[in-house]
Amino acid sequence: MIAEFGHFVLVLALGVALVQAFGPLLGMPFNAAFGRLAVPAARVQFVLLSVSFLALVYAFAVSDFSLSLVTANSHSAKPLIYKLTGAWGNHEGSMLLWTLILATFGAAVAFFGGNLPDGLRARVLGVQGLIGAAFLMFLLFTSNPFLRLDPAPFDGNGLNPILQDPALAFHPPFLYAGYVGFSIAFSFAVAALLEGKVDPAWARWVRPWTLAAWCCLTLGIAMGSWWAYYELGWGGWWFWDPVENASLMPWLLGTALLHSAIVVEKRGALKRWTLLLAIFTFALSLIGTFLVRSGVLTSVHAFAVDPARGVVILGILVFFVGGALTLYAIRAPALKVEGLFAPLSREAALIVNNLLLTAATVAVFVGTLYPLALDAVDGSKISVGAPFYNLTFVPIVIPLLLLVPFGPMLGWKRADVLGATQRLGVAAAISTIGLAAAWMWQNDGPWGAPFGIALGVWLIAGAFSEIGYRVRLFRGATVAEAFGKARRLPRSAWGTAMAHAGVGVMVIGIVGITSWRVEVIEALAPGATFDVGSYAITFQNVESYQGPNFRADRGSFLVERNGKEIATLTPEKRVYPVSEMPTTEAAIYTIWVADLYVVLGDPTGTGAWTVRAYVNPLVPWVWIGAVIMVLGGMISLSDRRYRVGAPVRARNAKPGVPA
Amino acid sequence: MTRKQRRATMIGTSLGILGLAVGLVLYALSDNIVFFYSPADLVEQNVEEGTRMRIGGLVVEDSIERGEGTFVRFAVTDFSETLFVTYDGILPDLFREGQGVVAEGVLQADLKFSADTVLAKHDENYMPPEVADALKRNGNWQGEGAEAPHRETYGQGAYP
Repeated sequence: MIAEFGHFVLVLALGVALVQAFGPLLGMPFNAAFGRLAVPAARVQFVLLSVSFLALVYAFAVSDFSLSLVTANSHSAKPLIYKLTGAWGNHEGSMLLWTLILATFGAAVAFFGGNLPDGLRARVLGVQGLIGAAFLMFLLFTSNPFLRLDPAPFDGNGLNPILQDPALAFHPPFLYAGYVGFSIAFSFAVAALLEGKVDPAWARWVRPWTLAAWCCLTLGIAMGSWWAYYELGWGGWWFWDPVENASLMPWLLGTALLHSAIVVEKRGALKRWTLLLAIFTFALSLIGTFLVRSGVLTSVHAFAVDPARGVVILGILVFFVGGALTLYAIRAPALKVEGLFAPLSREAALIVNNLLLTAATVAVFVGTLYPLALDAVDGSKISVGAPFYNLTFVPIVIPLLLLVPFGPMLGWKRADVLGATQRLGVAAAISTIGLAAAWMWQNDGPWGAPFGIALGVWLIAGAFSEIGYRVRLFRGATVAEAFGKARRLPRSAWGTAMAHAGVGVMVIGIVGITSWRVEVIEALAPGATFDVGSYAITFQNVESYQGPNFRADRGSFLVERNGKEIATLTPEKRVYPVSEMPTTEAAIYTIWVADLYVVLGDPTGTGAWTVRAYVNPLVPWVWIGAVIMVLGGMISLSDRRYRVGAPVRARNAKPGVPA
Repeated sequence: MTRKQRRATMIGTSLGILGLAVGLVLYALSDNIVFFYSPADLVEQNVEEGTRMRIGGLVVEDSIERGEGTFVRFAVTDFSETLFVTYDGILPDLFREGQGVVAEGVLQADLKFSADTVLAKHDENYMPPEVADALKRNGNWQGEGAEAPHRETYGQGAYP
């Protein structure tokens, strides 16, 4: 009954989405009243989809196996938390979540957008409604989560055990919030093209939404990477798997959008480019969804492989991106373009940022799609792995990172490069110290590693140099004065510094694990001792136990360092009887600047077990850096100038405050 | 700087960066991609020894031999040819006799293959698509046909 209600409400939501779409987009030229339909429609759609989603979660919670989706993806013996998260651990449920998040963003624009001009708001919501309608049709006609199964089986097939994990439970919602959040930037871009007007106020409205989406996407990707690190048992944090790349591409272009929107807001330039970025960022989000959902890629994300679905998503992609680009081709030339600017200015620096980020996106795009294209053309199967990206992505990103600290130091219009360089002197000195320290510390790592560490330090020190400069620390201001100034700095300045410093922390983490990992793989009998890095590990025993929905062999490893016992690690090998599927549970001991990572392999048949152990230096910094970036984004988002009604007030605020 | 010069600088920088990116991508593509072969492909196409590649097929029943330490030897077949694979390390969770497998490594003489990576897959029903395709091409596909309902061909697998 509740499932039927959820289904019914989902159909209603489609109707409302159509009203939200066609009211403003088609009706407004005839009667302004049609435009006013958008706001209530967006609210109602949000309520309807929430109800529908809750109905699905309820069906999973009570294990209603008369729903074919629940049967295929759940099992009565599963812990309740994974029954609930199982609601979106499958294709249909996750697409329902996608539409719900889309509706949530729409409702947020309706709710917080009181200060938007009526026409713009109605058109933005109209485009959102159109995207929503397309995905609701996709959901209802190809991937209906509420289909019944008759007769209902006694129990379900279970959820893929490696998905039964807390980090993964929340990875899809954040990732989707990121993907879908970029739809707002897309809708704003299309609405602006329809209105034929892009002004700094427009950019000011777009920026917070883009920033919010970017924060969610960053967090979503970081969670996925963290999960892969501890769950797949290979101890890597990024595999350049096409599925990962699918989320990285919109992130890279979204980052570019975030920066180019600043130029539109502050200088009224780069309008067309920013519109194009907004369109392409969302296009890459859709491509990501297509790649992951259509089954063209093999991965843990490819649930039921049904080519029809891929074709429909491709159709949606072509319709929206093609439509937006056509509109762009017609309307963009009419947009008023401001003059060019000096090659050495903050605008120019942001353009270089955009160029490099776009180039990096292109490199990832080629690496991800070239194998698919080649397969389609002549059927040869190739794989593009880390060596490709090390040769393309890395050389593009390094100059970008080197230039990051200069950006906020340069002035608008015409910058004093010499001055900026001088102001970064302290940061340069600190990173040289970092270089020397890393050089002395490392025994036999690659020669580039200390430079990588120095790059990370440069980013962190550079980020805070800007704050230091602006509060006039050590330049005639007392500490108290500087502190007072620091408190009055706009939050967006702190946000920028935090986000850039977060990148630095992440770079240090990446360099650490890539350069100095120690790996030991051995076949060991219980009682044996082996060394990994500075740790001495004793393999004590393996015992079996029965978990709630799995059987497990648990190894026990005593870890000693400098003759002192520091931990007992218990990696496991589990078998989930419902799906007859084994999984590896790595045991990780972290001291924050390094992880000790132990995996129990298979028995060799002679009483010994294969054991794999790693020392992963600095790896937690990868995710700590991501979290710092997100915090920076959130601080920026809380800036007074972005609050409700802000565009009016901010125009009176001091000009020239960089964000 | 005149307007013209500014524009030239801007366009020059853009083209420079784009050219650099395209150059890097082309260079990397020429040298850093790995082709997939089934054992029959290797015989037919006379692939050179020492080439880095991915191979795949089904693990032959009773072919897994464990050597000293973590050393493993097993055979991979596509029912027309069989390849002997050696690997030193931990096999993925779902590595089993009779199941599909993909390995990356270097081809040796006489249909021997030294793998440095054996790819994990995350579902007991999962068949790597390259392997399924290879089997279909040489007519040895024994799984469900293309018309099989998707509930049974649940493809879930991740290459780490």
